Amino acid sequence: MMNEASRTVPMTTGPAWGRVRPGRRIADRTLKIVCTVFTALGAFVLGWILLMLIWEGGSALSLDVFTQVTPGPGTEGGGIANAIVGSFILTLLGIAVATPVGVLAGTYLAEYGRGSKLAEAIRFVNDILLAAPSILIGLFVYTLMVPPLGGYSGWAGGVALAIIAVPVIVRTTEDMLRLVPGSLREAGAALGAPMSTVIVRISWRAARAGMVTGILLATARIAGETAPLLFTALNNNFWFSPNLMGGVSNLPVMIYQFALAPYENWRSLAWAGALVITLSILALSIAARLLLKKDHVR
Amino acid sequence: MAALSERISTSTMQTIRRTPKTTFDPVFRWASCASAVLVLLVLAGILGSMVYGGWPAFREFGFGFVTSSVWNVGKEEFGAWVAIAGTLTSALIALVIGVPISIGIAIFLTQLCPPWLKRPVSTTVELLAAVPSIIYGMWGLFVFAPLFARYVQMPVSSLVEGMPILGTVLYARVPSGVGLLTAGIILAIMIIPFIASITRDILDQIPTILRESAYGIGCTTWEVVRHVLLPQAGVSIIGAIMLGLGRALGETMAVTFVIGNANRLSLSLFDPSSTIASRIANEFNEASDLHFNALLALGCILFLVTFTVLVLARLLIARMRTR
Repeated sequence: MMNEASRTVPMTTGPAWGRVRPGRRIADRTLKIVCTVFTALGAFVLGWILLMLIWEGGSALSLDVFTQVTPGPGTEGGGIANAIVGSFILTLLGIAVATPVGVLAGTYLAEYGRGSKLAEAIRFVNDILLAAPSILIGLFVYTLMVPPLGGYSGWAGGVALAIIAVPVIVRTTEDMLRLVPGSLREAGAALGAPMSTVIVRISWRAARAGMVTGILLATARIAGETAPLLFTALNNNFWFSPNLMGGVSNLPVMIYQFALAPYENWRSLAWAGALVITLSILALSIAARLLLKKDHVR
Repeated sequence: MAALSERISTSTMQTIRRTPKTTFDPVFRWASCASAVLVLLVLAGILGSMVYGGWPAFREFGFGFVTSSVWNVGKEEFGAWVAIAGTLTSALIALVIGVPISIGIAIFLTQLCPPWLKRPVSTTVELLAAVPSIIYGMWGLFVFAPLFARYVQMPVSSLVEGMPILGTVLYARVPSGVGLLTAGIILAIMIIPFIASITRDILDQIPTILRESAYGIGCTTWEVVRHVLLPQAGVSIIGAIMLGLGRALGETMAVTFVIGNANRLSLSLFDPSSTIASRIANEFNEASDLHFNALLALGCILFLVTFTVLVLARLLIARMRTR
């Protein structure tokens, strides 16, 4: 989000260089070169990681990768179909739980709780949760659900992912609702509509694109989360079963276990999984940005 | 906006008139308030579960749990110092490398970048933040670590061998590429996008008139950055850095891949170590009884440290917004 004003300052703005002392000129030149090199370095690292993924993951890709289940230790062949399906279902479960909670909580912060102490506190806590280490959320859900339910389960994995997704959705929902002009709400209220109708029919409708962006970003965030799944959904090497009471195979944990294993076949499957998951997440993030951009233009 | 208000006047007004008072209204209000409170409860629940689960370990070892560096699963002796030191050192290395680069990127994006390049570069930097941490871990272990061992650890180790202080800090007994410094470098790569994009937003918030007047009296870009932007945004930039620190302290998967997961204390940056998060990730599924409690106690320490850092960061950044 570029500030409109900052764009108008041309990059060549500065003094008439002929009369500038050499010391000032050197300091200025150094700053410009250093900043440019650092930015190039950042772009270079992303390029390096992506190229490596495409190189290693691409050479491991085949039709089998998407149709076969994960192979046992030391065996040849196999794929990661169960992990892809499991990841998809866990992510979907997490988002399905997180969306109503996040949207409603964001609505409370932006519409009902404006200026109240409770809203202030919740906004603060939400920002903390947004940056809290995901491994702690995994531990929390473990103590909450795994021993009480009798073991690692897909449900626990979904809840852990939901807890990570909620703060993202709360934040974007609140921000987007705050952009809706108050005059729209007043118009609704003047027609005699109750507040809930004004929010659902007017505020939500006006902020729709931004809210969907938040949900997409949250999906991208949880799709690659590994640490919380280690203690909740864990993994298994079998075809996905509709019973979420057991461990559910998923891409991040599969990558973690396979990448560190001493089998060549497992390692190449881990790279294939890494490629699949990174491309999905990048696609989600880019889709979210495009959606928001379109919304801003309107 | 015109289209929107038209739609409301034609389609919604009818329904609104017919439903002056609904039972939906209080239910909706109640549900949204309950969801918001749920967010509070989750944070309380995280703290509660860590304290409750870690309590037996704290009771058994007392304050020695923090200061002891013995971690012996067989003898049921647990001390957190190695993991705490590893967490702090790796995060510190990440900041030392990551902060100048992040601020450099933010300055480039707000002051130097030609307009056509702005969007692609900031998108690239932000996409770096979206890449899952496990990918950084794999890249670090399989791509970066071998190169680092061959081209940095081996030459540096043979150069400093026998020197008084450098010979300890930068000497690798086994130049495998994994270790504290590698973890710090990977963490730096991971926190750069966060710090850079927050710092960029902060710099963008500074009124353009300040910048323009500085340029107007003949300042160079360096002088504008040094005497106008940094003093204006300083406190908030420290907040952004602390937000990055929070990430570095709690990062799990990338660190688990590249830190080597050693339990002993070493003074060398090239030697394997472990962090709180990596130890929990490594040992949790095999832990039981006191070992399990000790890991939750580690989680409790991590929670308190990151919580403090994040609260400070939020307070510092909020100062800029309210001004």
